Amino acid sequence: MGLFDFLRARPKNTAAMATERLRIIVAQERSQRGAPDYLPLLRRELLEVIKKYVNVNPDAIDIHVEREGDSEVLELSVALPEKPNASGATAPANA
Amino acid sequence: MTEIIVVTSGKGGVGKTTTSASLAVGLAKRGKKVAVIDFDVGLRNLDLIMGCERRVVYDFVNVIQGECTLKQALIKDKRLESLYVLAASQTRDKDALSKEGVERVLTELAEDGFDYVICDSPAGIEKGAALAMYFADRAIVVVNPEVSSVRDSDRILGLLASKTRRAELGNGGIEQYLLLTRYNPERVAGGDMMGLGDVKDILGIDVLGVIPESPCVLTASNAGVPVILDGESAAGQAYDDAVARLCGEQRPMRFLDAQKKGIFARIFGS
Repeated sequence: MGLFDFLRARPKNTAAMATERLRIIVAQERSQRGAPDYLPLLRRELLEVIKKYVNVNPDAIDIHVEREGDSEVLELSVALPEKPNASGATAPANA
Repeated sequence: MTEIIVVTSGKGGVGKTTTSASLAVGLAKRGKKVAVIDFDVGLRNLDLIMGCERRVVYDFVNVIQGECTLKQALIKDKRLESLYVLAASQTRDKDALSKEGVERVLTELAEDGFDYVICDSPAGIEKGAALAMYFADRAIVVVNPEVSSVRDSDRILGLLASKTRRAELGNGGIEQYLLLTRYNPERVAGGDMMGLGDVKDILGIDVLGVIPESPCVLTASNAGVPVILDGESAAGQAYDDAVARLCGEQRPMRFLDAQKKGIFARIFGS
């Protein structure tokens, strides 16, 4: 630090930011590791089918594989919109 | 018993080849018989770092395709009796390597009594990198204290845990270590570079060594002399520590603390 350095704005502690960002992304990527390659495609196709009936948000489908002992469980959860839209949840949309 | 060590990273330019060359030299200096293989087909560079680029006649791919014997392709180091370099092909594409071919070469090196085979992996996660790690007993993941390098290293750790022969055989997988390179203690102290503890915590594996950022790494590569042979430089000494740890010695980590600035530098900055 030189005598006049205080005139410059001090940068934030960016190393701490890097560490925090990496912790999150690495944990997320590790949780997806070992999952079958077809999951993203399966997710997209399921979304298309569901969209025929319910107008769901693309982010509303959560899909992942969990290992429980020797067996694998494919878990799929779909968050439906709070109010059914005009086409209704029971009747197919006019697509 | 031949030990196969892969030097890998995912990200390019972090110091895999510099590390491979220095580890190979360090092990050979301890009297071990060492072969260091460049797996970066199409982008050969280990020969330059080792300073034997004008003596490459046959390469790794020539041996795999049966165009020459392994003995003809191994380049004997001019400085160390027990050190040999196997260059990558500069003209073929990465598909020239095959799992069977690589296995044949590694088996022949084991039969020839090599103590260590260092596999210098290409960047990325494609065929060359996959083959460099497949037969390894130990892996050294070279990482810079920088976000993209750390993330790519984690990706490589995932592959090491599943896409190696040891992982497939289910006998405990391979030993993995981190080697931090381009470490700048001053920037770590100033809070703008992640420290050893941060990187170790994120990736969760043991650290073999920390190589400080040093101008000597560039001058060593300019001259074709692996930096470990520059005993004066901090980087050379840090590589020597890493080799000692690889051989089972306990050595404390050095070069982690910022140099104290003199009163002059404190007042006027630097």
